[in-house]
Amino acid sequence: MTVLKIAFRNMLRNRRRSATTALAVAVGTMTFLLFGAFLAFVFTSLETDAVRRGGHLTVFKSGYFLLGAGDPAGYGIARYRDVAELIRTDPEVAPRLNIISPTLTVAGIAGNFSGEHEASKTFFGVGKVPADRAAMRRWDEHGIGQRDATDDLLSDANPALGYVGVGLGRVLRLCEPLKIADCPAEKRSPTLTSGLAPALAELPAMDQGGSAEPDSPHIELLAATVGGAPNVVRLDLSGAERQAAKELDDNYVGMNLALAQKLVFGRDEAKVTGIVLQLRRTEDLPAVRARLNRIFTEHGLDLEVRDFTELNPFYAQVHRFFGAMFLFIALIMGVIVLFTVVNTMTMTVMERTSEIGTSRALGVRRSGIRLQFTLEGLLLGAVGATFGLAIAIAETLAVNHAGLRWTPPGNATSTAFRLALLEHPALILIGWVAIVAVATLAALAPASRGARLQVVDALRHT
Amino acid sequence: MEPTHQAPVVRLEGVHKRYRSGEVEVPALNGVSLEIPAQRFTMVVGPSGSGKTTLLNLLGCVDVPTSGRLEVCGVDILSLGNDAQADFRAAHIGFVFQTFNLIPVLTAYENIEYPLLLLKLEPRDRRKRTLEMIDQVGLAGLGDRLPNELSGGQRQRVAIGRALVKRPSLVLADEPTANLDSRTGDVIVDLMHRIQAEAATTFVFSTHDPRLIQRADEVFTLKDGVLQ
Repeated sequence: MTVLKIAFRNMLRNRRRSATTALAVAVGTMTFLLFGAFLAFVFTSLETDAVRRGGHLTVFKSGYFLLGAGDPAGYGIARYRDVAELIRTDPEVAPRLNIISPTLTVAGIAGNFSGEHEASKTFFGVGKVPADRAAMRRWDEHGIGQRDATDDLLSDANPALGYVGVGLGRVLRLCEPLKIADCPAEKRSPTLTSGLAPALAELPAMDQGGSAEPDSPHIELLAATVGGAPNVVRLDLSGAERQAAKELDDNYVGMNLALAQKLVFGRDEAKVTGIVLQLRRTEDLPAVRARLNRIFTEHGLDLEVRDFTELNPFYAQVHRFFGAMFLFIALIMGVIVLFTVVNTMTMTVMERTSEIGTSRALGVRRSGIRLQFTLEGLLLGAVGATFGLAIAIAETLAVNHAGLRWTPPGNATSTAFRLALLEHPALILIGWVAIVAVATLAALAPASRGARLQVVDALRHT
Repeated sequence: MEPTHQAPVVRLEGVHKRYRSGEVEVPALNGVSLEIPAQRFTMVVGPSGSGKTTLLNLLGCVDVPTSGRLEVCGVDILSLGNDAQADFRAAHIGFVFQTFNLIPVLTAYENIEYPLLLLKLEPRDRRKRTLEMIDQVGLAGLGDRLPNELSGGQRQRVAIGRALVKRPSLVLADEPTANLDSRTGDVIVDLMHRIQAEAATTFVFSTHDPRLIQRADEVFTLKDGVLQ
C-alpha cells in the first residue's frame, strides 16, 4: 500500500512531466481504440452486407464452386426442396437458422428490342425467392441499420419482374424508363445480337415469360437450356440497382427464381445451383457448417458447403488489409508509449538516485526498488490509458450522434457511419491492458537499473 | 541469521577498503581493527578523507570491505547475500544522514513509520510506536507535514525518529549536525544523547563537531584510513 502511495505521490510530484507522459499514453490509447472501433464497424458492416446478400453458408453440388459457374444445368441440385427441408428440420441447425432459400445463377444474353433502340449484351443473372431475400435484408445482428438500397425490386406475385445493374441498364439503352443518370449521347453501332429480334419472335410462345403491358420496360433474356437449345424469357423491369463492382454492374440481372428456372430448365425438372442459409448469429457458422457436412455424408448427398468469406474474396481481402493496418498502427502507438515512458522513468530514476540509496539503506530490497518504479510506470500508463479511453468514448458518442453516412468498401450504397467502440468491450479491455502493459514494461528497464545501483554509490549521488 | 546481542556490537579485524578510480586504486581503510561495545555513544573523528564515512558505510552494511572480517551484532556480514543484508539493515541498523535523506513525498509521520512497514508490523503496533517516537523527538502536531514544510532541525528530528523507531541495535549517524546551525545542532545532540540513554542503543557518529565529541563515551580517530 505504501509502495502504491509513494508511486502515486511521486507521479503528482512532477506534474508537468507526468502530464506530458500520460498525454502521450492517452493519445496512443485513443488512436488504438478509435481505429479499432472504426475497423470493428467496417468489419461488421462488410459482414452484414455479405450476409444480407448471400447468407452465411451456401450449399452447392460438389465441384460447382470451382467448375460449375458456366454450367448451372450440369451442377444443379436436384430435389432441392427435399434437401432444404432436411436442413430446415435438423434439430441442430433449426434453432440457429434464420432463412434458407434456393438460388440459381444463370448466364446468357440480354437484349432490349423495344422501341426504336436495339441493344444487347451478355449478362450474369441470379434467380432468387423475393420473400426470402426481403427477409434476409432485414438481418442485423450487429445493429448496423438499413442501407439506402433499392428494395423490393422483385415480387413473389409477379415472377416476370426483375431488375438490372445500372451499367447494364445503360448499355441496353434503358436510361429513360429506368431513370438512370449519366447516360451519354448514344452512338449507334451494331451490337452483339443485331438482328436477334426477328429470331426471338420466332421462338415458341411458351418460353416467353411475363404478362405485363407491352409498353412497360422489359428485356429479353436468352440462355441455353439443359438440352443445349436456346430459350428466351421476357423480364419486366422494376428498376436498376447499382452494384459494387463495375464489371458486375454492367452484367447483373436480378430475377425471380421461377423465371430463372424457366429460362435454364424449360419444362424439365427445375433445379437450383445453390441453397443459401442465413443464420441468426455469425458465431454459429462453424457449428452449422460442420453439421451440414455430417448430414450430407449421412444421407449420401454429393453436396459441399461454402461460407460467405469464400464466396466474397473481397471481404477476406479487406479484412486482411485492415487487420494488417491495425497491427501496424498499434505497433507504432506501442513504440511511442514505450519510448515516452522509458524516457520519463529514466529521468525519474536519475533524479531519485539518492532516494533509492536511502531506501536501500533502510532495508528495502532490490526487488522493492524495482517494484516501486515499475509501479510508477504502471500508474502513468493506467492514468494515461484511462484518459485516452475517456476521450475515445466521448469522440465515439459525438461521431455516432452526428448522423454521418458513408459507403463502405465494395458497396454501392451508403449507410450510417458509426464507431463500434462500446459494442466491443473486449477491444476496450485489450487496448487498455495492452497500453498499460507496454507502459509497465517500459518502466521495468529503468527500474531494474535503479535497483542494481550500489547503495553507497546511490547515497553519494546528489 | 539471528544476531547474538552480547557485546561487542561491532567487531572489525584487519579491515581494508580500496576504491578504484580509473586505473588507480585508492586505499580508504588500511587494516582497521576495532570493537564497539553495546549501548555506547561512540564517535569516529578525523580530517576529511580520513575514511570516517567509509567506516560507517561498512558498519551499516551498505558497503563491504575489500578484505578483513566484519561482524555486526555478532553476524558475519560478508556471509550475507544482498537480500539478507537488506533484511539485516531493516531489522538492526538505523541511519541518520547529514542531509537528512527523508522520502520527500511522505509526511513526517509516514517517514518515521516507513522502517516499521519494512518489518511488517501490525498496523496498530506501527501506529503506537510511530506516535510515541513523534513525541520523543518533539514533533507532536507536525506529523502531517511534508519534509519541505519543515525546518532543518525538524527534518533531522524526523530522521532520528526514523532511525530509532524500529529499536535498532546500532544507529549510525554521518555528521548529523553538519547541516544545522549551532543552536539547532546542540538541541539535536541533546536529543540523540537522551534517546540513546533511554533506548540503550549503540550510537556511532562520524563528526567534526566538538560538541558531539565532548559527549562521547568512546572516540576513535582515523587518519589516512588508519586507526590512531
